[in-house]
Amino acid sequence: MKVAVTGAGSLLMSSIANALIQRGDEAVCIQRRPVENLDCQQELVDIRDADALRRATVGCDAVIHGAARVGIMGSSGDFRSVNVDGTDNVITAAQHNNISRMVFVSTPSVSHTGTSLVGALADRAVTGRSHSHYAETKARAEQLVLAANCSSLSTVALRPHLVWGPGDTQLVGRIIERASQGKLVMVGSGNALVDSTYIDNAADAHIAALDALHLSAPCAGKAYVIANGEPRTVNELMRGMCDAAGIAFAPKHVPLAIATRLGTAIERMWPLIRKSEPPLTRFVAEQLGTAHWFDPRPAQMDLAWSPSVTIDEGFQRLRNWCEAKK
Amino acid sequence: MNSAWSRTVEVPSHDGAVHHWRVIDRPGTSDADPVILCLHGNPTWSYLWSRFISELNPKYRVIAPDHLSMGYSDHVASRTYKERVADIADLLRALQIDQPIWIVAQDWGGAIGMGYAVAHPDHVLGMVLSNTGIAVPSGRRAPLLIKISAAFGLHRLITQYTSLFVRGTPFLPGRGLTREQRQQLSKPYRKVFQRRAVADFVADVPFSEKHTSARDLQTVADALPSLEIPVRLIWGSKDPVFNDDFAYDLLSRFKNAHLHRIADGGHLTVLESSVAPLVEQAISETVFVEDQLSGVTSEALWSRIGTAHDANQICISDAAANETVTDAEFASRVASFATQLHSRGVSMGDRVALLIPPGIDLIAAVYACWRIGAVTVIADRGLGLRGLGHAVRSARVQYVLGIRTGCLAAKLLRWAPWALMINVESLRSTDGSTMSSLVMPAPSDNSEAAVLFTSGATGPAKGVRYTHRQLCAQRDALQNTYNITRNDRFVAAFAPFALYGPALGITTGLADMDVTSPSTLTAAALNDACERITATMVFASPAALANVLKTASGSLAALASVATVMSAGAPVPIETLRQIYQLCPHAQLHTPYGMTEALPVADISLLQREQVGEGRGVCVGHVVMNADVIISSYDSQTVSAMDMGETGEVLVRAPWLSDGYDALWFTQSLARADGWHRTGDVGHLDDENNLWIEGRVVHVVHTSFGDVTPVPLEIATEAIPGVERAAAVSVGEPGVQQVVIVVEVTSGEDGPANSALAAAVRLAVAPQAIAAVFTTKKLPVDIRHNSKIDRTALGHKLTHILTGASR
Repeated sequence: MKVAVTGAGSLLMSSIANALIQRGDEAVCIQRRPVENLDCQQELVDIRDADALRRATVGCDAVIHGAARVGIMGSSGDFRSVNVDGTDNVITAAQHNNISRMVFVSTPSVSHTGTSLVGALADRAVTGRSHSHYAETKARAEQLVLAANCSSLSTVALRPHLVWGPGDTQLVGRIIERASQGKLVMVGSGNALVDSTYIDNAADAHIAALDALHLSAPCAGKAYVIANGEPRTVNELMRGMCDAAGIAFAPKHVPLAIATRLGTAIERMWPLIRKSEPPLTRFVAEQLGTAHWFDPRPAQMDLAWSPSVTIDEGFQRLRNWCEAKK
Repeated sequence: MNSAWSRTVEVPSHDGAVHHWRVIDRPGTSDADPVILCLHGNPTWSYLWSRFISELNPKYRVIAPDHLSMGYSDHVASRTYKERVADIADLLRALQIDQPIWIVAQDWGGAIGMGYAVAHPDHVLGMVLSNTGIAVPSGRRAPLLIKISAAFGLHRLITQYTSLFVRGTPFLPGRGLTREQRQQLSKPYRKVFQRRAVADFVADVPFSEKHTSARDLQTVADALPSLEIPVRLIWGSKDPVFNDDFAYDLLSRFKNAHLHRIADGGHLTVLESSVAPLVEQAISETVFVEDQLSGVTSEALWSRIGTAHDANQICISDAAANETVTDAEFASRVASFATQLHSRGVSMGDRVALLIPPGIDLIAAVYACWRIGAVTVIADRGLGLRGLGHAVRSARVQYVLGIRTGCLAAKLLRWAPWALMINVESLRSTDGSTMSSLVMPAPSDNSEAAVLFTSGATGPAKGVRYTHRQLCAQRDALQNTYNITRNDRFVAAFAPFALYGPALGITTGLADMDVTSPSTLTAAALNDACERITATMVFASPAALANVLKTASGSLAALASVATVMSAGAPVPIETLRQIYQLCPHAQLHTPYGMTEALPVADISLLQREQVGEGRGVCVGHVVMNADVIISSYDSQTVSAMDMGETGEVLVRAPWLSDGYDALWFTQSLARADGWHRTGDVGHLDDENNLWIEGRVVHVVHTSFGDVTPVPLEIATEAIPGVERAAAVSVGEPGVQQVVIVVEVTSGEDGPANSALAAAVRLAVAPQAIAAVFTTKKLPVDIRHNSKIDRTALGHKLTHILTGASR
């Protein structure tokens, strides 16, 4: 099978591409800049360029679309052009090239409302909220993808929750960096139970979704939350990451209400002062301060996927990786 | 509720006119199931059934009319009871309901429903009646509130010209209604003209025999005993209008009626509480024929009293009161108590509350009651004053037999307002009665002997009914299980078993302790009690044994020579038994497994426990002789034995299984299936036929990967050095629950466990995934046994913490 993978610059997408190659599929990686350690055809294309995208995906059987603009920096227009219009371009290219399967890499934030989720199902993506361009545009993109599900193109959206593992700069990298500087902040009590996804499991889930997708498959046209199904307290997760890196875990505690307000303020002010991503956003504050775990059964049943690496094994692998890096 | 179900029906009436009825008509999804007709009372309307209908299984069609002139039905001229019964027939005819129906009715609706059932016995499959009546119970007066409302001069003022009656009804004592419910109830009765029928209804209550409706109601009342249909009464016992007296009055009128009493429910129980499951149960219930074993007659409970070879043999030695009676003396005390009670009118089937502290008088009173066929109501003082009151009140005793303070309390606190008080001191007489000279007839094997109340983990205590046959079987089971012979002498520091000495025909010793607080038993007191009678056996609760160990010092020679120690009431830690073995090196240490409803079910000795070793849960040994145990799915109502090794609910059957619960028909329906008792415990049987207990059904964790029982995880955790006790609890909703382990460490504090302990716990319980490990100084346990962990409460607390809400 020839699979187009967009956004292979990220850890998750390159892991997916590598896993595809490893099992004997042909991968075509589509991103703006060349990626190292990726043994496959690379097409340096911006997904905003519909024509180039169409040419790059000629002859593909499937597409796993993960290219996106992330973070909080940038205007709503910037986010929309990549996340919504770019996704629309991918759908058009798929339809044009008779691609029959499309897996969309979404995010749990599309249905995030700031309240705790305890054993929740993947609720409908919510649009019309202004406070996060990222969540808003990803939600609209997910709706586009699921609406495109038809007899010639089967689509599914996966929402991997808190992906981490060796090589992850987003979550693990940041926590370790802050902790080593003594600047690690814990929002709330740190007792909120949150589910997370070890990177290999997240990659496996997308490939399983690709395999499960066919006309009238139970997963076609639906969204699924992907997670290990082993919620842990935020404290335990962060401590586990710090322990793996051999760094002391001694966070400063900030009450949830204060962190949420602080995060909101920083979100507004930060772009005026700096160009890098801010240390705290309202979304991050809410994610760390409230419980988030999901019902793993729909994904496991409909995608015939189950996580193969437990959280504790994941910590061990992270430790090995950190030690090898030293 | 769906407003589309509300419709207006044109009904040609027996009075020649056509009336418009407002009816809630909820279609059912199945034609095979009966139609349910809901009849409201006064001053309500069909809204009364809104909660019931919304919670009822959608398969049933429900019809809930507003009576004529009530709610939103046509207002017509004043109607009498008889006309209202005929109105219902008119309505059903207009609706073309030809197939037999179930009637669910409250207040006046009940009387109308009963009238309809009597007039059309072939058209009614059964009735569920709630807080209603057909006649004032004999010996009682009409409800004061209705009398005031109907009083000349006040009647129209209270019921029609002001909204006092309409607005006051929802405020009658009970569980209470929401503001929305109260507003809805009075909605059609805001104007004076709308309340005319409310007043008419009250006026139709016959307070004299000359009243037009008096004869009609009496005719229906007289016909009720001829009805064959099942009748279930759901009663809010706080109702000051139709109180428990009315429930028992109706109970006595029907052939096939059962009562489910809701202790804190009120007049509008059908709206206050969730009654749909009870109605569904009533409709689906296959008639359960109570196991009336006949054949071999049991050896009566009192038959061994006064039959010792040596009349001077000690029967009971009470170390607390420093009083001892011989077999002959005890026999004469029981006989004179029986004679006295009989002469004061206590007769066969009467319920007698015993408010006597543990001692010789209590035991004598129990046997005296049994001999004359009275039913002993025994409530443990450990229930507390409130619990005691609830127990005596719910058992509806005819007599209170007690010491002065007991009688006084019963009187002052109105536990038993209609009961006669008998001071136990006054029963003592030297009338020369002997057991064999008693002439009054003895009760039959299947007649009720006792109602026992023990503390429940949650909610008010349930009364458990035993017949003479069942108590005899329990005595025999104890005798067989522990090889008790008439040469044995036992010290009982475990409340219910202390009563069994005379039935077993063996000497009983009562230790100097507060029986209601087992941890007051000291080693010296136990040794002293053993010494007084040279005891061969000791029965004590685990908490009592724990205190014996704590206070053990010096010479305990009498204790050292006992041959059997039995400990029941709660799970006994094996370490406690090992230490007791040091004190009683010649003793077999037994722990029975059972419950108030059935004891013993299984038994295991310390030796067997050591041999069995570890497994999934706590091993409670082999099922005792003549008892049966099966493991059945707790997800299913139907009973079917699961395979060996599979985990399910423990179901018990034994000749000494209690008759059932008192005035709790629904609770009993759920607990009993095909003659089996559902224990609420989960466990399995191993390949050696040992029974293992893994926890309570309500504490099973329903994870997305399957069900997890708590006890095996707790045992694994408790093996970690430094861990005193552990609880495995669930957080989240059933189906996606996560397991959290809470570890009791005396030196610890309340909060997340450190990473070393968390890792140790996860290693110990692997491969079970554990979301979080917490520590606490003290796990929440019941006061009585200091051992039953309230995992439900703990789970709620942790769910709160783990949402990130607090530290």
